Amino acid sequence: MDRINIIGAGLSGLSAALTLSYSGISCNLISLQPSERAQSVLAEGGINAALDTMGENDCIENHFNDTIHGGADMADPNAVDGLTRNAPAILYWLEHLGVPFNRKNGKIVLRNFGGQKKKRTAYAKSSTGKMMMTSLTDEARKYEAKGLITRYPHHEFIRLLLDNSGKNCLGVRVKDTYSGELIDFFGTVLLASGGINGVFPHMTTGTTQNSGDVTATVFSQGVRAGNLEMIQYHPTTYGISGKRCLLTEAARGEGGRLYVIRNGEPWYFMEEKYPELKNLMPRDVVSREIYFVRRSDDCENTVYLDMRELPEDTWKHKLSDLREEIIKYLSLDPKRDPIPIEPGIHYFMGGIDTDENHRTNIGNLYASGECTCQYHGANRLGGNSMLGAIYGGKKAAESILQSGEKESAAEPSFSVCEKDDSDEYAEEASAERIRQIREILLDGLGIVRNENEMQNALARLKRLAADNKLNKREQNRVCLARAMLMSALERKESRGAHYREDYPAKNDDYQKTTTASFENQNIVIRFRELPKRRSCNNENKT
Amino acid sequence: MKIKLDILRRKNQNEQPYHQIIEYEIQDENTTLAAALTDINSRSDIKDMEGKPVGKIRWECSCMQKKCGACAMVINSVPRLACDTKLSEFQKKGKVTVEPLRKFPVIADLAVDRSILFENLKTLKMWFEEETTVNEQSIETSYEASRCLQCGCCLEVCPNFCADTVFKGMAAIVPASRLIASLPDVQKKEFFKTYRKNMYEGCGKSLACRNICPAGINIEKLLVNSNAAAVWKIPPLRKKRRT
Repeated sequence: MDRINIIGAGLSGLSAALTLSYSGISCNLISLQPSERAQSVLAEGGINAALDTMGENDCIENHFNDTIHGGADMADPNAVDGLTRNAPAILYWLEHLGVPFNRKNGKIVLRNFGGQKKKRTAYAKSSTGKMMMTSLTDEARKYEAKGLITRYPHHEFIRLLLDNSGKNCLGVRVKDTYSGELIDFFGTVLLASGGINGVFPHMTTGTTQNSGDVTATVFSQGVRAGNLEMIQYHPTTYGISGKRCLLTEAARGEGGRLYVIRNGEPWYFMEEKYPELKNLMPRDVVSREIYFVRRSDDCENTVYLDMRELPEDTWKHKLSDLREEIIKYLSLDPKRDPIPIEPGIHYFMGGIDTDENHRTNIGNLYASGECTCQYHGANRLGGNSMLGAIYGGKKAAESILQSGEKESAAEPSFSVCEKDDSDEYAEEASAERIRQIREILLDGLGIVRNENEMQNALARLKRLAADNKLNKREQNRVCLARAMLMSALERKESRGAHYREDYPAKNDDYQKTTTASFENQNIVIRFRELPKRRSCNNENKT
Repeated sequence: MKIKLDILRRKNQNEQPYHQIIEYEIQDENTTLAAALTDINSRSDIKDMEGKPVGKIRWECSCMQKKCGACAMVINSVPRLACDTKLSEFQKKGKVTVEPLRKFPVIADLAVDRSILFENLKTLKMWFEEETTVNEQSIETSYEASRCLQCGCCLEVCPNFCADTVFKGMAAIVPASRLIASLPDVQKKEFFKTYRKNMYEGCGKSLACRNICPAGINIEKLLVNSNAAAVWKIPPLRKKRRT
């Protein structure tokens, strides 16, 4: 088997690289920056697994049900079955790699998270992503030394290399951002390139590295996308210079309460409206409620997160980093002050469309992590993103292993393009165009949507697309943005993160995956039936 | 309020560096240098103080909230993260000097090649050879050490580190502390030897790095713990049980 080319060195890319390494298969780990700079290090609250260490009789089936229902019944049940069934083994693997999960009496402590009725979220204070990334990066280094993982940091994805039919992937073209050299890597490609934050620059909780260019490029090259309309607005974010910052759901999991001033008094609206899960309803519900109370005539415009009653021990052992961040960025002390919050774009449930084995519609091309649309349906539960990234990377690598012969190439197979070679895909999108696309999408794809606003946004994008001065990347971004809006327009119902005031009810005719394809220079939106769950057995247990 | 950004620019390694001043209007007191650089680069016509058109400023960034270490640079002679530097700090003087880290080869402008950081970790075999579990006494140490951003700020101020020294600096000592806290027995002999040679012995204990870490890692505590375990072979202190 040739070396596998993995694009992205975050949780999913590392998980895939390690899975391949454990089987003796070598890979190129290609990323714009080292793993230490990946978006995965920003993940805070935790990772879900039905470990049942808290005496609540939790089980995998509960985790499955919460994930499916939290995702508004729109995720592939077989994929979610694999995800939730493998979660405990993944947690114990991470523990044995030295992740310093909070523990008590030798057992991993679990905390409450949104949309889940049991304590199921393992954590390392409020820097769980960073802790996991450090452990996985160290583990990957062992296989770098053995020659199984070859890192290409400071290398930017430019485009896929496809055969003449456009249906098979031959490799990937990347650019060394230090030397400017274009390099072609041949062989199977796994995209683990993260969410499309860059279509909303400065407006998301993600990194600047996740420009969205990978997804936009491969979409324009014929890779099918799915559920592009499903954008998660996290209920509790705040603005800092140049971006939005996440205020982890763990703050509510540990007892934080949302309120708004109504008729001069604090109104804990989530507790009144949702007496069972209260402030820990799924994120789509909480964000929407915040949106509505802020527009209510008898309420003030600001919603606060009240953490003043959290015990000292919680601040010290569970949320220490969070308090430091809030003090630094907002000059407020959450032990003393209610914190003003706003919903902000945090996660993309939609992305590259894959089957449950992480195969795309293009041969030899796989995808995993946030760049895909696999596990979260119409709304992702907190604590499932890191699990989805790690399990997805593992599953994709296993699929690759199953598809090929287990013989590793000793040396990387690649060629450096001639010095005078250029690639139209390599030219950067201009800041002005990026800004224009963002403004249009924000107008069309907010927390609450309607036909008129989306049609207006689409018309503006079409006018932008007609501009023959757009370079390739700009064209690709416009193309992806149009597909996002068209997906949202076609879904004439409200489900999960997609709420339409003109179609406020859920309609089971739309309990399907939205797919978007770029065919003969046209964007085509279709709906695909969800598979039935095969059976609730132990076939995937690891 | 306007501020002058005095940036040490360089087209590439082969060209001579030069200072260039770009005037920037600060939006509010929380505007960071990282936000300013992003904003300047988003302009179609970037101009210097004399109104001369200039090219985009090359620098590295990712998280914009001091969690990834990408934007480390030397700001008014101090190595810091651009995303953790509010321009209002320099309001009085009206000027701030921005230079690339000096211990690493410059790619262009403020972007440097920090590959040596990662090469060093590989040379030092910075990994667990076998599965391990962090015991409850070591969780704090492991957590603290795992926060290292590999930004290189600590090496910038270290009088004992340069790219070709045997001593690998605090950017190696901190990750080593994570390992030492939970090291499998089979690995101890060799790793402790490496620790002594490449970390303990070269450190002049100037502790110049003490207050530099952008992540605020308690470097001194980690150093003491690791020295105790790897050099002096003192087992970690355990909490006293109440009798």
